[in-house]
Amino acid sequence: MAYSKPAATKDWNQPPVAGPHLAPTDVNLLLYSVARSSGPQPKPANSFLRNIGPTQGKQQPLAVMSQSLRPYLQCVRSSLTAALTLSNFASQTTERHNVPEIEAQTSPEVVLTPLVIARNENERVLIEPSINSVRISIKIKQADEIESILVHKFARFLTQRAEAFFILRRKPIPGYDISFLITNFHTEEMLKHKLVDFIIEFQEEVDKEISEMKLFLNARARFVAESFLTPFD
Amino acid sequence: MAAPEVHHLFHNPIADHSFSADHATLAVARDSTVELYGKAGNAFKLKDVLKGHDKTVTSVDIAPNSGRIVSCSQDRNALVWEPSPTGYKPTLVLLRISRAATFVRWSPSETKFAVGSGDRVIAVCYFEEENDWWVSKHLKKPIRSTITSVAWHPNSVLLAAGSTDAHARVFSAFVKGVDERPEPGVWGERLPFNTVCGEYLNNSAGWVHSVSFSPSGNALAFAAHDSSITVVYPSGPEQPPRAVLSVPTQMLPFKSLIWKAEDEIIAAGYDCEAFRFQGGEGGWQLVGTVESKGSAGHGEQREESALNMFRQMDLKGKVKDDTQLKTIHQNTISTIRPYEVSGDRVTKFSSSGVDGRVVIWNA
Repeated sequence: MAYSKPAATKDWNQPPVAGPHLAPTDVNLLLYSVARSSGPQPKPANSFLRNIGPTQGKQQPLAVMSQSLRPYLQCVRSSLTAALTLSNFASQTTERHNVPEIEAQTSPEVVLTPLVIARNENERVLIEPSINSVRISIKIKQADEIESILVHKFARFLTQRAEAFFILRRKPIPGYDISFLITNFHTEEMLKHKLVDFIIEFQEEVDKEISEMKLFLNARARFVAESFLTPFD
Repeated sequence: MAAPEVHHLFHNPIADHSFSADHATLAVARDSTVELYGKAGNAFKLKDVLKGHDKTVTSVDIAPNSGRIVSCSQDRNALVWEPSPTGYKPTLVLLRISRAATFVRWSPSETKFAVGSGDRVIAVCYFEEENDWWVSKHLKKPIRSTITSVAWHPNSVLLAAGSTDAHARVFSAFVKGVDERPEPGVWGERLPFNTVCGEYLNNSAGWVHSVSFSPSGNALAFAAHDSSITVVYPSGPEQPPRAVLSVPTQMLPFKSLIWKAEDEIIAAGYDCEAFRFQGGEGGWQLVGTVESKGSAGHGEQREESALNMFRQMDLKGKVKDDTQLKTIHQNTISTIRPYEVSGDRVTKFSSSGVDGRVVIWNA
C-alpha cells in the first residue's frame, strides 16, 4: 500500500533524471543573464540565451537546471525580481481595456520569453513575464501517490480561496500545481520585494507542509490499521 | 550638498508630474484625475482637482509660459486645461485615436503638443483658429506598437518617440502655418511632416521606455527594458549615425531619463533611485547613484539593541524589519524631469514614482 512506503529520500541527494547538466559557473552565468531578462550577453555560449527577448508567436521556454535548494531559490528570486518590472499598459487591441497581457496574449511584442527554473524533474517554476503582468507557476515536489493527492488537495484548498490571496490564479497552468498572476496593480499597492519573498517563502513552506502532512497521515494509518486488526489478534 | 526635498503626497501611483515655471504649482496624475498642488511654505497643499477623464490619466504637462495644462488618459482623450479666473477650463482635443493615449508633451514653442498612443500613432496637436479647436495630425508610418514616450527637439519640429516595438525614432512634426521652417541640422535638411530622420533598434529588442534629446538637440538618448541606455550621435541627413553608444548595466530597467548637460545623463526606474551616466562621443559609462545613502543606514543598523530585536520578534515574528527600502522612493520611479536649469545645465531635477512621492534632487 502506498502509505506504508518509507518516506522518500530527499530529492537533492538523487541525480537529476532529465535536463542538461551544467557546471556551477554555467548555471551562474545562465542565472545572471536570465535574471537580467533581456540584457545583452557578451558571448552567447548557450543556445538558451538566443531566444531571450520579446517572443514572436509561441516559443519554447528557457530551461535552467539546478541541484540544491539554495541556488534554486536564489535563481527564482533574481528572475522574479527582474520579471516584476511592470508598468501600466492599456490594451492595444481592445478599446478602453486594460488587461494582463500574459493572459490575453493578443500582442506578441509585449510578452517576453517564458522561463523554466527546474531543480529536478518534479520541482520546477515557470515564469512568464509581460509588460504589465507576470504569471508564476509552481510544480510542487511529488515523490509518490500520497504526495500527489496531498498536493492536489492543498492546491485546491488554496485556489478556492483565491480572492483572499489577491495574486493567486484560480486555475493552474497545465503541468503545474499552483499559479500566481501578479499584475502592475499588485506591484503598485504591495511592496515588490515582499511579493518576491512571499513566493520564495511559499516554495520553502509548501514542501515542509506536504512532508509533515504525509508523516501525520502515515502515523494515523498505522494507528487505524492496528486498532482495526486488534480483534483478529 | 543639500538633502533632497521629499514630498509624500498620497499612497497612489503618480503616473506623471509637472511643475509650473515658477515652481509654485505641481500637477500630478492620480487615477482618473489631475491634482494640482500649490506651494505653501515648504510643503505642497492640494489646491484643485481637474476632473474630466474617466480612465487612468497617463500623462500631464504644464506649458511653462502660457500655463496651459495638457493631460491624456487611457480613455483615448486628451484635454487642454486653460487657466481662467474661475479655475481651469477643459477643452477636448480631436485626437482621432481609438486606443489609450499614453504620453503627452508640449513642444518648446508651446504651439503644439504630441500625444503618444496605443493606437500605433502619435497625434501632433495644434490649435486651429478658424474652428477654435485643438486638431491633430497623425505620425503613423513605421510605428508598429504602443508609444511609451515622446520628447521634443529644442527647435519644436523634430520629435523623438520610444515604443514597445523596441525602436526609438526621430520624426519631423512640422506643421505648415504653425511652425517656421527649421534650420537644417544633423537630423535633416528638408523636413516635411512624417519624415523619419532616424530609427534605432535596441540591441536585445527590449521595449524603449524613455527618449530624450540632448540640450543642443544634436544627440538622442533612450532607455530600454534590457537595462541599457543608448546614446545616438547622428552625422547628417540620410547618413548612418556617427556613433551609437549602448551602455548595458546590471540594474533593473530605467523608466525615464534626462540630459543634465551634453556630457551627463540621469536615468531612474525600477531600482527606485536615480543613476548618473557620463561620457561623450568616445563612450558613455555609469558613474554612480545620485542618492548618497551610505552613512545613515549603517548608523541605524548598529544601534539595534537586544531589546529591540526581541521586541521585533514578538511583534512581527522576525528579527529585522525589512519593509523599508534604503532609497527615498519606495517603489518604481516613473518620471524624472528637469526642475531648475542654469545655462544649459540642469542643476535640480524632480522625480515622481509609484509610491506617491515627488522628490526634488540636486543634480
